[in-house]
Amino acid sequence: MIKARKRLWIVLASAGVLVCAAVLAGFALRDAMTFFHSPAMVAENPPPPGQRVRVGGLVVDGSVARPATGGADFTVTDTLADIRITYAGSLPDLFREGQGIVAEGAFDETGLFIASRVLAKHDEAYMPPEVAAALERARVEGAGLPAAGHDAYREGYGRSGS
Amino acid sequence: MIAELGRFLIALALVASFAQMALSWVGASAGRDAFARAGRAATLAALASSAAAFALLIAAFIQSDFSIAYVAGHSHVDKPLFYKVTAAWGGHEGSMLLWCGVLALFGYGLARIGPMDVNLRTRAVSIQGLLQTLFFAFLAFASNPFDRLDPAPLQGLDLNPILQDPALAFHPPLLYIGYVGLSAAFAIAAAGLIQKTPGRALARALRPWALGAWTSLTAGISLGAWWAYYELGWGGWWFWDPVENASFMPWLLGAALIHSSIATEKRGAFPGWTIFLALLAYVLSILGAFLVRSGVITSVHAFALDPERGVWILGMLGVSAVAGLGLFAARAGSLGEGEGFEPTSREAFIGANNLLLAATAGVVLVGTIYPLFIELAGGAPVSVGPPYFDAAATPLLMVLLLLVPLAPFLPWANGGAKPALKQLRAVFLLIPVAATGIAFILFGAPVMAVIAGALGAWALCGAVMDVANHWRTAKSRALRLALSGRTLAHAGLGFIAIGAAADASRPADVNRVMAPGEAIEIAGRTLTLRDVRRADGPNFLADRATLDVAGGGTIAPERRYYWAAGQHTREVGLGSSLAGDLYLSIGEARPREDGSAAYEVRAAFHPLVWMLGLGALMIVIGGLLAVASQILIRRGRQEGVA
Repeated sequence: MIKARKRLWIVLASAGVLVCAAVLAGFALRDAMTFFHSPAMVAENPPPPGQRVRVGGLVVDGSVARPATGGADFTVTDTLADIRITYAGSLPDLFREGQGIVAEGAFDETGLFIASRVLAKHDEAYMPPEVAAALERARVEGAGLPAAGHDAYREGYGRSGS
Repeated sequence: MIAELGRFLIALALVASFAQMALSWVGASAGRDAFARAGRAATLAALASSAAAFALLIAAFIQSDFSIAYVAGHSHVDKPLFYKVTAAWGGHEGSMLLWCGVLALFGYGLARIGPMDVNLRTRAVSIQGLLQTLFFAFLAFASNPFDRLDPAPLQGLDLNPILQDPALAFHPPLLYIGYVGLSAAFAIAAAGLIQKTPGRALARALRPWALGAWTSLTAGISLGAWWAYYELGWGGWWFWDPVENASFMPWLLGAALIHSSIATEKRGAFPGWTIFLALLAYVLSILGAFLVRSGVITSVHAFALDPERGVWILGMLGVSAVAGLGLFAARAGSLGEGEGFEPTSREAFIGANNLLLAATAGVVLVGTIYPLFIELAGGAPVSVGPPYFDAAATPLLMVLLLLVPLAPFLPWANGGAKPALKQLRAVFLLIPVAATGIAFILFGAPVMAVIAGALGAWALCGAVMDVANHWRTAKSRALRLALSGRTLAHAGLGFIAIGAAADASRPADVNRVMAPGEAIEIAGRTLTLRDVRRADGPNFLADRATLDVAGGGTIAPERRYYWAAGQHTREVGLGSSLAGDLYLSIGEARPREDGSAAYEVRAAFHPLVWMLGLGALMIVIGGLLAVASQILIRRGRQEGVA
């Protein structure tokens, strides 16, 4: 067999595998990507109920309720707006009031965020970069109180509804 | 005093590494033996001073010398001695010292037992010296573990409680010998390109190093997965977290390399690709260090987050990548043309293995750094989670698993599937494969898990057939070792596939608030909470729950509070059996309205999880046997020369 022909099948087979991998990756990426929304972003433009997103912010002091039946309810803030979150699982050990956390899940129709996962970091000094960026934006925009006191989702809906 | 001496030793190691690079370079270029010998001596100096610096750091931890910032940040007087010692590599600076020490160790190893061609060896020592110089400079100027803290605090901040586990003693050192050991393959490959060594000889020279490093990396990653499983209490062993991916990508390329170098050494097939892989694997290790230590990517694993360090590591990444890949671009021609082969030859299957492993590494890389690119492009923050990796990487690995048992039965070069199929007696193989598949279906496993389980059985049967058919033809001890290594590792892969498939089809976790006397049920097993008692340790307070398993046995998970770090942790309680692990963790107390105490309990059942551990162990032993076989072969060759 001629050498060039021997090369050709190798090149074709490799290209085939790589194209398959790229297509797989492309589709998977489209489906599995989750966007992060800070409370201010939710207030601006709330994601539709049921869409999987990540939200995050500082856990508002005194907002954490741990019902006797398990799970937890709490509020996070970026000082511009708040998001109410409910979580049925067991909160991570590093979850604490005043700390930056990220939750993954979806909003329901009432604007309550139903988390399927809550991420707090191993390291207590750590602040998730998304949360840090959201707080920085809020600081620049001139808010200073630890809790904003208004519900981001409802506010966002009110705005987009009006 | 310790701090000053430590700083001095690190500086000394930096100078020795530079000398190693320069002297060996002159030695190899001018063919001057005196310089080469001086370069070899420098490797010993670098190794000795980094080892001494490490010993000093451990001494500082044992003495609780909080005038050293790193010690103050990672230790506490009340911490048990064992964790004072292991904390030496429990944070960024100390683990960087470990990284540098391993680089120096491999520099010394290359100088002593490197490639048999003297000039190639000297050149490789010089390249390794360059890599050492980069990292020791980073250590000395941007991550010095001996930096002082003024005024010194009376008490340290304590080591992150999650790290206070015996696994910390082994996981990082093995992991680093793995990732950093790939530097030796990089150094030999780059040296060979400079020396214009033919590809076949080069593959032979770097193969044992790649094998050794990859085996250690396998052990390190498996230990990490096991640690995440029982210590973190997240209820899993692999999360496709960026930090895990950072170690998985070099592992995938290392796995490709140890296979492709066989084809290159034995048949002269794809020499350029093998050398390229050797260079790329270590570059990806540094990329991993960048992802983990610069704080650019959100990960649940903690590490010192410092943009300045990120810039440093990016610089080192740039230098290594440009030097290695630039050299490759300029000199790939000197490796010689690859030998041709037919589609049904063993080379073709090794090539397919490489293609699939490299494609998987690419897919993992894309998923890991995609959020970073979006952010750099000014897009909205985004994260890519496990669903992406499950959907994109798993199918590629499945195809790979399908091919694994076939390759050992295919002849080299001209190929021919007929004798292979005859030997395989494929029909007999399909019985256990189908049985495993049906078993998974009966247990209500998802489709992917059924396929993965059947493929695992396929790989296991293939390994048995492999050893049964080839044992008689393996005449020498070295060949028998190599065959056992290959079959053990491939069978281990099969066990991992079955274990992973079983875990993916496990029943849903149960999350319940329980008072003593109450019971929960998981996977057909009833667990009754007997009581919760105090079980304090030297530096923590703990609540230990005792749960009775119906039919015998108790499981005792703990919730601990480390007062120095002000942090809670969970100690998972495991009830292991052949069927799998009952996996329990307890959370905080939840007083009920009637005043009685109840506790959050999370229960899970992980079927066949021991297969994952067994599989990993088999791969590691297989790797060690392959290294032993390489050593024997080389010894034979040396005697042949003498």
